[in-house]
Amino acid sequence: MTTTAHDSVELVDFDAVLAAYDPALGLEVHVELNTATKMFCGCPATFGGEPNSHVCPTCLGLPGAMPVVNGKAVESAIRIGLALNCEIAEWCRFARKNYFYPDMPKNFQTSQYDEPICFDGWMDVDVDGETFRVEIERAHMEEDTGKSTHVGGATGRIHGADHSLVDYNRAGIPLIEIVTRPILGAGEKAPAVARAYVAQLRDLIVALGVSEARMDQGNLRADVNLSLAPKGSGTLGTRTETKNVNSFRSVERAVRYEMQRHAAVLDAGRSILQETRHWHEDTGITTSGREKSDAEDYRYFPEPDLVPVAPSREWVEELRATLPENPTEKRARLQSEWGFSDLEMRDTVGAGALGLVEETIALGAAPQAARKWWLGELARRANDAGQELTALGVTPADVAAVQGLVDDGTLNDKLARQVFDGLFAGEGTPAEIVAARGLAIVSDDGALSAAVDEAIAANPDVADKIRDGKHAAAGALIGAVMKSMRGQADAGKVRELILAKLS
Amino acid sequence: MSAHLPEVLTRSAADLADDLASGATTSVALTRASLDRIAAVDGAVHAFLHVDAEGALAQAAAADERRAAGQPASALDGVPIAVKDVLATRGLPTTCGSKILEGWVPPYDATVVAKLREAGLPILGKTNMDEFAMGSSTEHSAYGPTHNPWDLTRIPGGSGGGSAAAVAAFEAPLALGTDTGGSIRQPGAVTGTVGTKPTYGGVSRYGLVAMANSLDQVGPVTRTVLDAALLHELIGGHDPLDSTSIAQPLPGLVDAARQGATGDMSGVRIGVITELGGDGWQAGVQERFRESLDLLVGAGADVVEVSCPSFVHALATYYLVMPAEASSNLAKFDAMRYGLRVLPEGVASPSAEEVMKATRAAGFGDEVKRRIMIGTYALSSGYYDAYYGQAQKVRTLISRDFAAAFESVDVLVSPTAPTTAFPIGEKVDDPLAMYLNDLATIPANLAGVPGISVPSGLASEDGLPAGFQILAPALADDRCYRVGAALESLLVEQWGGPLLAQAPALPSEGASA
Amino acid sequence: MPDSLSRDEVAHLADLARIDLTDAELDHLAPQLSVILDSVASIRGVAGDDVPPTSHALPLTNVFRDDVVRPSLTPAEALSGAPEEDQQRFSVPRILGDEQ
Repeated sequence: MTTTAHDSVELVDFDAVLAAYDPALGLEVHVELNTATKMFCGCPATFGGEPNSHVCPTCLGLPGAMPVVNGKAVESAIRIGLALNCEIAEWCRFARKNYFYPDMPKNFQTSQYDEPICFDGWMDVDVDGETFRVEIERAHMEEDTGKSTHVGGATGRIHGADHSLVDYNRAGIPLIEIVTRPILGAGEKAPAVARAYVAQLRDLIVALGVSEARMDQGNLRADVNLSLAPKGSGTLGTRTETKNVNSFRSVERAVRYEMQRHAAVLDAGRSILQETRHWHEDTGITTSGREKSDAEDYRYFPEPDLVPVAPSREWVEELRATLPENPTEKRARLQSEWGFSDLEMRDTVGAGALGLVEETIALGAAPQAARKWWLGELARRANDAGQELTALGVTPADVAAVQGLVDDGTLNDKLARQVFDGLFAGEGTPAEIVAARGLAIVSDDGALSAAVDEAIAANPDVADKIRDGKHAAAGALIGAVMKSMRGQADAGKVRELILAKLS
Repeated sequence: MSAHLPEVLTRSAADLADDLASGATTSVALTRASLDRIAAVDGAVHAFLHVDAEGALAQAAAADERRAAGQPASALDGVPIAVKDVLATRGLPTTCGSKILEGWVPPYDATVVAKLREAGLPILGKTNMDEFAMGSSTEHSAYGPTHNPWDLTRIPGGSGGGSAAAVAAFEAPLALGTDTGGSIRQPGAVTGTVGTKPTYGGVSRYGLVAMANSLDQVGPVTRTVLDAALLHELIGGHDPLDSTSIAQPLPGLVDAARQGATGDMSGVRIGVITELGGDGWQAGVQERFRESLDLLVGAGADVVEVSCPSFVHALATYYLVMPAEASSNLAKFDAMRYGLRVLPEGVASPSAEEVMKATRAAGFGDEVKRRIMIGTYALSSGYYDAYYGQAQKVRTLISRDFAAAFESVDVLVSPTAPTTAFPIGEKVDDPLAMYLNDLATIPANLAGVPGISVPSGLASEDGLPAGFQILAPALADDRCYRVGAALESLLVEQWGGPLLAQAPALPSEGASA
Repeated sequence: MPDSLSRDEVAHLADLARIDLTDAELDHLAPQLSVILDSVASIRGVAGDDVPPTSHALPLTNVFRDDVVRPSLTPAEALSGAPEEDQQRFSVPRILGDEQ
C-alpha cells in the first residue's frame, strides 16, 4: 500500500516496508576537532573571524606552500579510535583525494585512503533497553574545505545562484571521519538505531574532550546511507547517501523517509538510483543531489609532501590511559558495584540522580541508603517544590553525613528527616542541627530503662499480655516509650528492654 | 672571450665576498655591474623574466651599510644572485614560466628566498624556465626561450636554462635553480657552469612551486664548485615548514670543496655507471668524460665500472611518477584565487567549471597539458597499479642499485647529459627525444641522492660544453664537492683558466662592456 | 590495458583535469600521448610483487608540529591575487556541482 507525500514522491507505510524489506544502514560521521590550529598549518581554528583572516599560504593552497601535520589532531584521532575499540595503525599515510571544487584551495583534499589511522572497531548502542553493536570500519584524518555563500539565487542555495563568495577560514580545519560497516538486522528500529548511534557517539566524543560535537554548529556532521533488500534475502540493495542531516531528530526522520521512499520505488518494480540526496528538515523529504554512480575518479595517491604516521605502541598505550570511561560501561560497573537491580538503576538514571548517588556513596554512605534518600525523601521534596534534585540545596556531603549519623546510632530515620527539615531551613550542618534541635537518640541506658518502666507501669493490661507471651503487643508500649522520649530512642533497643523486663 | 669583461663580472662569488670583506668593492658596485650587464646582453640571452633593479640596489646599499658597520649578515652578504622563477618571492612576480601565473605576486617568500634575504644577497630578478619546470631546453617557457651564451641559436638546457645562462653570461655570479630530473645539472653541463642537486630533503621546498614533490630539490647554480658549496650551505638545512626536510645538518660542504681543490684523490673510489654511456651518447661528450676520469685517476683515484641494471627503466619510471604528482599539483591553478582567469567564448553566464576549463586551456602550454594528461591517466582507477604503482616499485629497485653500488665505491660518475646543446627548435616537437636529455640525471632524483655537474670541457665536434656528473649516497653531498672541486682544479690547470673564459663574446646592446 | 589512447579517452582525461581541448588539440595529443604511454609501459613486470613501492626517498616518519597558533596572512594579502573579490571574499562564478 502506498501513500503519496509531497512533490508526488510515493512512500510506503512504514510497517509495510518492514513486512517486505530488510533495511541496511550506514553512517558516516565527521567530527570537527577542537584543536587550537588547523590540520596542516598554524592558522587559528577558532570560529568566527572576518572572512579570509585565518588563512596562510598552506591552507589557501598558494603555489609552493606545504602542509605540516598537527600532532594534537593525530592524538585526538587515536583517542577516538581507542574509544571506539579500534585497531590503531602501526604505519599509515595521508593521501590526496583529487577533485575540483572552488571551496577546496588545492583542488585535492588531503585525507587518508586505504591506510586509515584507526580501523576495525565497534560501539555498543543502547536503544530502548536493547543493545546493538555497531561495527566501525574506520576512522581517519582529513581537512575541511572553505565555505561558500551563494549569491543571486532565490534560496541562497547553490542552484540558481549567480555567483558565489568563498571564505577559506574553515579550509584546513581538522576533521575525523568515522565510518560504520553496514548495520544489519535493525528492522523497524533502524531509524532509532541511527539516531541513537549518532547521539551516543556524540556523548563519547564529548567525554573525550576532542570536540564540541554539536550538530547544530556543524562540528558534528552525519551522512546517512540506506538500502533495502528483500526480507530474508541476505543481500544488500542499492544504497543512497543522504546529506544535510543536521540534528539527531533529522537522522531518525531521514532514515525513516528513505526507507519508505526506497520501498515505493522497489515495489513499483523500478531500481534505486545510487545517488547522494539532500535532506530537508522543514518539509521532511529528501531531494535528489548528485548521481553517485558517475562518481568522480578521485585518483588517490599517497601525499608526497607528508611522511608516514607511525604511532608507537607506547604512545598508543599512554593515550589509552587518558580515555574516560565509556558511559554504558560505567553504568554497568556501578550497577554491579552497588548491587542495584535493573529497575533501581534505571530509576536512578531516569531521575537524573546518578551523579548525586555516586558522590554520596563515595563519601561513605551505603549504596541502598544513598538511593533511598535521593530517590525517596529528597525526590519527593524536589517534586513538591517543583525543582531539580541538584537545585535543592542539599549536597551529597549532607546526605552522607546524615546517613553516617544513622549508621552510628545517633539518629533513626524519623529523626533524620527532621535533620533534612533543618537543612532546608538553612540551620547549618547536620551535626549542628542535631545539637541545636536536640535530636540525638538518647544513649543514657538509665533514662531509657526508666522510661520503659514508666510505660509498663502506665499500661498494666498490655504488660500482662506480654508476660503471657503475646510479644506483638509490645508495639503499643514501644510507641509510648518513643513518645515520651520524643523519638530519640532506638526502637529496637526499646523492644528488647521491654521484653527483658516482662519475661 | 670573457677576458675583455671587467673582473667585477667574472670573479667567483667567493672572491667577490673577499673583495667586499676587504673593502675592495661594494655591493652596490657589484649589483650595478650585474644590472648593466643584464641590460647589455639579456636582450639576446633572455635569461631573465623579471629584473628588480630598484629592489636589488636598495638591498645592496643595506649590505654595504652592514659591512661598513663591521656586521655582515653572512659571508656572502652583498653578493648579487638571480632566482629561478619557480620560487615564491614576496613582492616580485613569480610566473613559473607560465601564462597562468602571469603577473602573480606572491604574498610570501620561499624559505630559501628568506634565507637569501637574511644573508643579505641582493636579488637581481627572476630567471626563465620551462613552464612549471617541465622540460630540458627552456623552450617550453610561455615567455620565449632562453639562448645559450655559448651559441645563441642553441638551447641553454632546462628546465632551469635561465639561471644557468645568467651565470654563464656573467649576468649574475650566483643563481638558484631547482632540479626534479636534472633541471639544474643538465643546463649546467650545456652552459659550462656548475650545478648541484642536493640530497632530497637537504634544502627546504617550502615556497618552491611543486612539480614532483617526491623528486624536487632547490640547488645552487654557479661558475665554480666552491661557490656552489657556499650557496648550498647557505640555503640548506631543516625547515619546520617542510615535513620532508631532513633534520641532520649537512656535513661541511665548503670544507670538502676546499679540500678537494688541493687535487688529492688518493683513496677515493669512483664507479662509472655502465648504463649511462655508449650508443646514443655524443662521442665528444664521452671523450671529455674519459679524459676527466683519467685526470682523477692521475690524482690518485681508483676507477671501476659499476652496473646499475634498473637504470634503463629510470626514464619510464620518471615519466610516470613526475606527471602523476604534477597533475595533482597543478590542479590548484583554476582561476578562482589567483592567476589568469579566462572566460569561455560565446558563453553567456559561464559556470565556475567552464571558467576553470577555459583558463587552463589558455594558460597551460602543450608540454604541461601533455604531462597533466599522462599523470591523470597514470593515477586513474584501473590504471594505478599498472602505471603509478609499478613506477613507485621500480624506484625501489633503482634505490637498491645505488645502495649496492655505493658499497664498493664512494661516488658514481657519468657524463651529465648525452649531448651538448642542440639547436633551438630541433626537439621541441618530439617529446620523447626531449626526454632523453635527462637519462643520466633522472636516477638521482628517483633515489633522492645528491649529484653535481662540473664542466668537463668542450666537445670536439661542436666546441660546446659538456658536463661531468658526480653522484654520492644520500647525505654525503660533501663527496660531490670534494671530487667536483678536485676535477675542477685539475681541469682549470689544464685549460689555463676557467672554461667560461673560452666562451664567445655576446653582442651587447649599446651599454659599455 | 590499452597503451594507446583513443581521442575519446583523451577527451575524458581532459575533462577530469578540467582543461578544454580543441578538436585540433585532441587530434594532436592522442597520438603523442600514446607514444609516451607506450614507452613508459616498458616498466610493466619489471618489479615483482615482493618489491615495496617508494613513496618517500627518506625514511622519515612522525613529523608533527605543536598545536600552536602562527601568524596568518592579512585578508588583503590573501586576496591579493584574486581575479575577483567582494566583501573580503573570493568571488567565483556560479558553481554547478555539489560538494563531496
